[in-house]
Amino acid sequence: MIASAHDAEAVDDLHAWKGRIGMACLIAAETSFFGVFIVAYLFYRGKSATGPQPADVLSTPLLATICLLSSSVTISLAVRALRAGLHGAFRIWWLATIALGASFLAATALEWRELIFGRGLTIATNLFGTTFYALVGFHALHVTLGLTMLAFVLGAALRGRLGAEHAEHAEVLSWYWHFVDAVWVAVLAVVYLGR
Amino acid sequence: MAVLGQSIDTVRTGEGESLPLAARLHEWVVTVDHKRLGLMYIASALVFFLVAGSMAALMRIQLAVPLNGFLGPNTFNRLMTMHGTTMVFFVGMPMFFGFANYLVPLQIGARDLAFPRLNAFGFWMFLFGGLLLYFSFLGAEGLYGAGSAPDVGWFAYAPLTSRAFSRGNSTDYWILGILLSGVGSTATAINLVTTILTMRCPGMTLRRMPLFVWIMLVDAALVLFILSPLAAAQVMLLFDRFLGAHFFDTQAGGSAVLWQHFFWFFGHPEVYVLILPAFAIASEIIPVFSRKPLFGYPVMVAATVCIGFISMGVWAHHMFTVGLDPATNTFFAASTMAIAVPTGIKIFNWLGTMWGGRIRFRVPMLWCTAFLLEFVIAGLTGVMLAVVPFDWQLSDTYFVVAHFHFVLIGGLLFNLFAAIYFWFPKATGRMLDERLGRLHFFWFVLGFNLTFLPMHVPGLLGMPRRIYTYQPGRGWEIWNMVTTLGVAVQVIGLLFFLWNVVSSLRAGAPAGDDPWDAWTLEWATTSPPPEYNFESVPTVHSRRPLWDLKHPDDPDGRWE
Amino acid sequence: MNSGAPLHPIPGIFSPVSAPAEAIRDLSWLVIGISAGILLAVAAILFWCVVRFRARPGDDREPPQIYGSNQIELAWTLVPALIVLVLFLATARTIYDVQAMVPPPGSLQATVVGHQWWWEIRYPELGIVTANEMHVPVSDAAERRPTFLTLESADVVHSFWVPQLAGKTDVIPARSNHTWVEPTETGTFLGQCAEFCGTQHANMLLRVVVDTPGDFAAWVAAQKQPEARDPAVAAGRAIFESTSCVNCHALGGTGAHGTFGPDLTHLMSRETIAAGAAPNTREKLRGWIVDPHAIKPGALMPAMKLLDAEVEQLTTFLLTLR
Repeated sequence: MIASAHDAEAVDDLHAWKGRIGMACLIAAETSFFGVFIVAYLFYRGKSATGPQPADVLSTPLLATICLLSSSVTISLAVRALRAGLHGAFRIWWLATIALGASFLAATALEWRELIFGRGLTIATNLFGTTFYALVGFHALHVTLGLTMLAFVLGAALRGRLGAEHAEHAEVLSWYWHFVDAVWVAVLAVVYLGR
Repeated sequence: MAVLGQSIDTVRTGEGESLPLAARLHEWVVTVDHKRLGLMYIASALVFFLVAGSMAALMRIQLAVPLNGFLGPNTFNRLMTMHGTTMVFFVGMPMFFGFANYLVPLQIGARDLAFPRLNAFGFWMFLFGGLLLYFSFLGAEGLYGAGSAPDVGWFAYAPLTSRAFSRGNSTDYWILGILLSGVGSTATAINLVTTILTMRCPGMTLRRMPLFVWIMLVDAALVLFILSPLAAAQVMLLFDRFLGAHFFDTQAGGSAVLWQHFFWFFGHPEVYVLILPAFAIASEIIPVFSRKPLFGYPVMVAATVCIGFISMGVWAHHMFTVGLDPATNTFFAASTMAIAVPTGIKIFNWLGTMWGGRIRFRVPMLWCTAFLLEFVIAGLTGVMLAVVPFDWQLSDTYFVVAHFHFVLIGGLLFNLFAAIYFWFPKATGRMLDERLGRLHFFWFVLGFNLTFLPMHVPGLLGMPRRIYTYQPGRGWEIWNMVTTLGVAVQVIGLLFFLWNVVSSLRAGAPAGDDPWDAWTLEWATTSPPPEYNFESVPTVHSRRPLWDLKHPDDPDGRWE
Repeated sequence: MNSGAPLHPIPGIFSPVSAPAEAIRDLSWLVIGISAGILLAVAAILFWCVVRFRARPGDDREPPQIYGSNQIELAWTLVPALIVLVLFLATARTIYDVQAMVPPPGSLQATVVGHQWWWEIRYPELGIVTANEMHVPVSDAAERRPTFLTLESADVVHSFWVPQLAGKTDVIPARSNHTWVEPTETGTFLGQCAEFCGTQHANMLLRVVVDTPGDFAAWVAAQKQPEARDPAVAAGRAIFESTSCVNCHALGGTGAHGTFGPDLTHLMSRETIAAGAAPNTREKLRGWIVDPHAIKPGALMPAMKLLDAEVEQLTTFLLTLR
């Protein structure tokens, strides 16, 4: 019962897809998760009887968005560099991704500081506060988790432990990062552009 | 007949050498082997089953006569909640993951799941979640001195679960126990989907996978989509309870109905997650004992996929009494009735498999045969509940309780028993005793029908569910008494089962590789399989690779 | 109290006396009939398989290996689909018949408010408030007298269910639901809360008394009376007014306007207390005041911790509230 060479190759091909399919499954589950928060946000839109309303206190976070969306570009460049064995380029683009992601988080923190202390909007203030902080907060949490993973990878790269054979791992992680960005686009549309 | 995968490493199977107990336990704790994790899932599920079953027995004693004083309302409500929560999350789900874990790699000719360490993570998260839930009996008193185990029902409707109406931390334990085990479930679902899509042996196209594997694939995919919504809703509830949020706070504009939508968006597909493994098991066992291939394999695959999709569009049939508008009620009536069609197709295909066969009624087949009848009853009462106006009378009554116990016991548990009798020889190398198995079957099926058939009647006579006592004179007494007596009969059956398992583990007849003369790959390796499953990677040319080997003159590939 | 209204003790859904419940019963015959037919057919096939296709002892041959049949698959897909279609159409029709019913002008309007664990019933146009036991007029073909109910909740989700009169409808906080009944038989009909709502969900019972028009008018008139002010029980009333009773309970003529517990103005016009958990007798009333949790553990009324003499006077006072 020895596999033919062709069959063995076919098997190996499929095996190589483990990481990507696993990540796709995680993304499916996370899409459902965010979907529920988005539904809650839309369901309660316009229903806050008191307290600050979106149009009063929100301004479109342009800089943060540019940072986050460009980080999708930089991470793609990083992965391509790693595949090609260009370790220097990889480290630069990967670091850029982390920096852009961190900038996004900083911008979010500043926005929240203004909302909480300047405008008196907390998760307990009204339905808008409840649904806003839950949705944007979970997104920020996912960005943080992503940045942590990216930092681990950067650490390995700086210690010289990362090779072209890890390109697939980096690719799979980049899928997660792209997903986080896609969620931001949805949040942007639902929360900021629709206010 | 051992053809493939003769074990070459007898030391690994534990014969000859015996390690000290601590070392053996340590092996189990640190294992990432899908077979061991599968057995651990199943064993944990059985323990939780006995615990939750005892809770049910206590409730039935309380309800045997009207105005009974055996259990007070708080105790009863906790038992009611813990019984349901345990059975769904800590019996049904781990049984699914346990059997999938054990059998999928074997049936697709793989060495293990795609991510073995993630597999172990999933199991321990499940177990920890369950233990955390049960810790609530001790730890939930909170600031008010109230609390204990959760007592809000397994679907925990808002605003009963808000801080105002649910004091102490009992509800928080309900949330956290399920959240944590849900993380584990999602991890295992990712693992199963990835394994099935990427690790099939050469020649095993999707069209040649055992239906068991197909169903596990659809089931795991369903878990991916529906468990996160529950987690999201539970996090929202946690925010309400701890951060002053207003997701379900009706006094601040929040909506109680929104919780119901979110919960049932998870909750309905969840019952399909629970029952699909039953279909998977029946689809393996019925053909083997009828001595025919599964009738209509492609249609069975299509029906499974349909069920997966449609199941996500029927959730509001749990909300027909909420006062939704007629158009919404009508839509969900339609989708709910629609799902009866692919489910019925499956039943007909199993009957078609038996038809024209030479059926051997060994114990696994006894269970699957009983399943067919009980599940038709379950499905038909389900269709009755889909008739919205009828549901306006039947919802939240003992009719519904009878319906879903027919689904989960007559449908799922009967197949789980069948699966245990069928695959116990593979996992342990020993047969379960046939005579004890028949006694188990006879007593349990009798007890089950004695309890749950009459249970439909009090529902028709106006008895709601989740009540710790009831008034005399409403015509409910005799039915409640019979229902309770049936529990004792079921217990007899379970005692035979436990005796069978324990005595067979010690001294059951040796099974050999293929005691049932079956056709899928797990029977091509030793019993129990070596850690690496197969000595060399198998190649298959049809859906029944062992049939091809046993009948080289008439291989399946020619006819499929 | 309700001597003219015989009790219907068994609240069965197949003994309807009101149009919505009857519509449901009629539809249910169709689905039960279809289901019975399918069950018999499948059971027969299964039985046949077990009997006819059983392996004979010693027979080890494999039967013909059949893989499937497209025609058969089509047949057992189409037939169930057709059955489902028929069932669906009948269902849709009844949904609209019941839910889209518009109250004819002059119908009685009542509001039912669910509480943990009792029912408040108000008749806004008549200016009456009562608890747990409601009266409605009987209807007949000549002169229809349906009653339309607005359903609300003061706390958590409950469900209003009197099986012989209508299907159940949930009462949900911050939401108004609607249902209607049109009983054609007099009598007392039983129901209870049908959505788990906490500790004493089991004891949130309902009694609906269907009166002849004359009896109903008499009941309304009696309910509209101000509180009976019997000077003989002034001592008891004084206790009521000066202890914390007034925080929760309302009483027609006094300064008591509590809304947390039932309105007691016409307490003695009801057959039961504690939402059906006990009959409305002197002994039970007394016991309820001394310790509600002996009758209904977990009830939200605290034990009043009064002296025995005070309890006697209070009970005597309450017994005058017809």
